[in-house]
Amino acid sequence: ISDKMLDLPLEKQDLFRVSELFTVKDLFDARVHLGHKKGCRHRLMEPYLYDSSLDYDIIDLDKTAEDLRRALDKTAHTAYGGGIILFISRRRQFCHLVENTAKQCGEYAHTRYWQGGLFTNAHIQYGPGVRLPDLVVFLSTLNNVFQQHVAIRDARKMNIPTVGVVDSNCNPSLITYPVPGNDDTPVAMELYCRLFKTVINRAKNKRKQMELLHSLSEPSEPSS
Amino acid sequence: MAANCARVVCSLFGKSVNFASSTRPVTLQFCRQICGTPALRRKNLGPTVPETFTAEFIQKQVEEFEIGKRHLANMMGEDPENFTQEDIDRSIAYLFPSGLFEKRARPLMKHPVEIFPKQRAVQWGPDGRPFHFLFYTGKQAYYSLMHDLYGRVLKVEKHQDQLRAKGLFPTEPKQIALGPSRWLTKEEMEALLVEPISRQDYEHFIQLMERLLAMPCCSLEQQFVMSHRQQLEAQSMHQVVPPLQKDDAGVDFSTAEGRRKSSRGSVVVRDCGAGRLTVNGQDHLHYFPVLQDREQLMFPLQFCGLLGRFDLDCSVSGGGRSSQAGALRLAISRALLSFLSQSEGEAMRQAGLLTPDPRVRERKKPGQEGARRKFTWKKR
Repeated sequence: ISDKMLDLPLEKQDLFRVSELFTVKDLFDARVHLGHKKGCRHRLMEPYLYDSSLDYDIIDLDKTAEDLRRALDKTAHTAYGGGIILFISRRRQFCHLVENTAKQCGEYAHTRYWQGGLFTNAHIQYGPGVRLPDLVVFLSTLNNVFQQHVAIRDARKMNIPTVGVVDSNCNPSLITYPVPGNDDTPVAMELYCRLFKTVINRAKNKRKQMELLHSLSEPSEPSS
Repeated sequence: MAANCARVVCSLFGKSVNFASSTRPVTLQFCRQICGTPALRRKNLGPTVPETFTAEFIQKQVEEFEIGKRHLANMMGEDPENFTQEDIDRSIAYLFPSGLFEKRARPLMKHPVEIFPKQRAVQWGPDGRPFHFLFYTGKQAYYSLMHDLYGRVLKVEKHQDQLRAKGLFPTEPKQIALGPSRWLTKEEMEALLVEPISRQDYEHFIQLMERLLAMPCCSLEQQFVMSHRQQLEAQSMHQVVPPLQKDDAGVDFSTAEGRRKSSRGSVVVRDCGAGRLTVNGQDHLHYFPVLQDREQLMFPLQFCGLLGRFDLDCSVSGGGRSSQAGALRLAISRALLSFLSQSEGEAMRQAGLLTPDPRVRERKKPGQEGARRKFTWKKR
């Protein structure tokens, strides 16, 4: 049963209707296109930037929309398959918001000081037989000293796919599904949290529906 | 070379023992370990993981404790059904008398829940998904407490904003009733959360709590704040007041005891109105010829302004004149409590009349002439 249930999202294109969740206009209203100044710009973010006006970088929202759809799709697929999703953000302003988001969709969050071996030394940190997250979502890739968050490198080492909101001063190279966008404004953060929460809840509901369907149709089929 | 000598010595002893073992068994105490398993040779065992007790182990210990309790009750000839923890302690003290000074080193029999430290059960379900949403931080209990606390701070701020918008913001903020209490210490927090906390984490927690208390409308979260505070008991609440009795003639009297150094004194204070003092059958002037001792006796009465009102009947034994006087002074102060009000009694306590003097004779130490005096130091 589980094989059929897992194959279903791969057969259909955009099973979770991710493209209907937001438009480029919504991104613009949430000020996702605002980047940092030219001096803070990361070299590898240049392909994602549209222009810079008065030295303030502007992120290309078409690319953002496409990347965001891809990232939300990946999140939905992970949640549908019963995977563990971990939200990471080291911004103190949004710590409470991110933790609430994680609580409301039944996933996990880490918005505090990152201890050294949480992924790489997991069996000592947590206990033997722990299960690591299947997807890590970075709502801000930098830590409080404007360096790249250690978890990006650690997740890459442990072969965990990452989704990350990269601002114009971040390094998108190690992240599997980078989403260029603003991570400083409260409106933008609330938008991201809302989108991820909706997508995860949709995926989980879909999963429950499928399980119900299969358990109802099972008595009619002979068990192989 | 030394090893060879040891081997030879060992073999000699070995031979002697073998010869002797035919008559009686003798333990080889002098033989050093020359050969053995690598496990025995390894001394530095490395960092040990704190012992974790499984749920089945604790369950088994609880069953054994219950059975042992019933056996103990039978041994002592008491009812196994109504055998309380105090009975257990009494029986163990009777069966295994121990003269050890350290109370924690004496034999004890308590419920396993009190003996084994509280541990956390496995944090995740059969599918591997952890139960708590902050599991991956490593310190889930502490961080969820901080999250909860910050949520409450935001709620109070929102409430304040609503009041301000309506124009009902209180100019005189209602003070939160903390009472005589203090914040829980780090150890108490660790026991509450069943998780180790670092000093910085504890300080952050206290800072956030203080920030919550600094807000005008913090009385909304009264219950939450009080659950993290420890009540301090005022000292005066512990004072046991001797009961006021009436004798056959209708005169009020009360009895109390007092101790000082090795003197034991007891006094009966009667509300006659005579002002007479009898000590061990004699008049106080005969028993205490020195003025200082009589002053000590009179001081409690003089402090309360009741000099001529009471009749004192004292008996004292042990110690010297000064310690007997001190013992009687404490006894008189305690007996007077039943004639006085709460506030006067509190005044007596603050004057130090009700505090037993803890000073006793310090023992002489070996290598010294007395308790403190050392032998005369000679340069050569």
